[in-house]
Amino acid sequence: MTPTEQQAPPSGEEILVQNAKSGDVRAFTELVNRYNRRIFRLARHITQNQEDAEDVLQEVFLKAYTHLHTFEGNARFYTWLVRIAVNESLMKLRKRKTDKEISLDEPVSAGEDEVTREIAVWDGSPEARFSQTEIRRILDDAVDTLAPIYRTVFLLRDVDELSTEDTAETLGLSIPAVKSRLLRARLQLREKLTRVFKKKEEDLLAYL
Amino acid sequence: MLTCKDFLGWLNEYLEDTADAETRSHLNEHVKACPNCWVVFDTTKKTIQVFKGMEPQEIPDDVEARLMDALERRMAAGGAPPAG
Repeated sequence: MTPTEQQAPPSGEEILVQNAKSGDVRAFTELVNRYNRRIFRLARHITQNQEDAEDVLQEVFLKAYTHLHTFEGNARFYTWLVRIAVNESLMKLRKRKTDKEISLDEPVSAGEDEVTREIAVWDGSPEARFSQTEIRRILDDAVDTLAPIYRTVFLLRDVDELSTEDTAETLGLSIPAVKSRLLRARLQLREKLTRVFKKKEEDLLAYL
Repeated sequence: MLTCKDFLGWLNEYLEDTADAETRSHLNEHVKACPNCWVVFDTTKKTIQVFKGMEPQEIPDDVEARLMDALERRMAAGGAPPAG
């Protein structure tokens, strides 16, 4: 229709961000389409509330649009979005749980002993035994049972794949705190998933 | 010789291959000799993999429609993005 439509949409994030900054609404919309599912998933897991997650989703992209000129490009655009999403989600979570302070800064409790009780090898790959839908439900349920301090660190590091440094900065935690929470989260999830994915009847194999 | 507790303490670094060479060789020795720690290592690795391999679900249509509406309203109200 117009000459600009002949141009293929830029695939690189940096180009999209540059174009969005200089007023290209389509470039911004493409960034939204690229990341909205991941931002929604993150918000849903942190807030554990569908309505709050939807509010967060809108807030993140509205804020990103409004403050796009402040984004300097020394971080990934996605990391920037995640930071906004975490802040908005934690605000929602704190608002809902006024009776109970949500702190990401409490000390890590006890040792690892209680999270390594279930020691069993897995029965092949989960993908071969369960449908995508089933696995998604199993993983979502497992993450949602973690305390917020573990859940949030795990989501940023192992699901959204932020660096330890970016995770620490986003959550206002020290790097050692991120590492110890990540270890706890991974071990707790391993324990939960093993109960579902282990080989039946061979629970004791590992002790032989 | 590392204890199982030591091994668990280093599990992140072992999984991410960020331990120094000497520690790494101690961890290797331990995991070869200790079936329980091998299972914990292997199943933790698989736990991370299965999460990383999971694509996020599609956003419900109505949620996406409301997002795009909100954005369009903001874009219309504010004209071009702030830089423009």
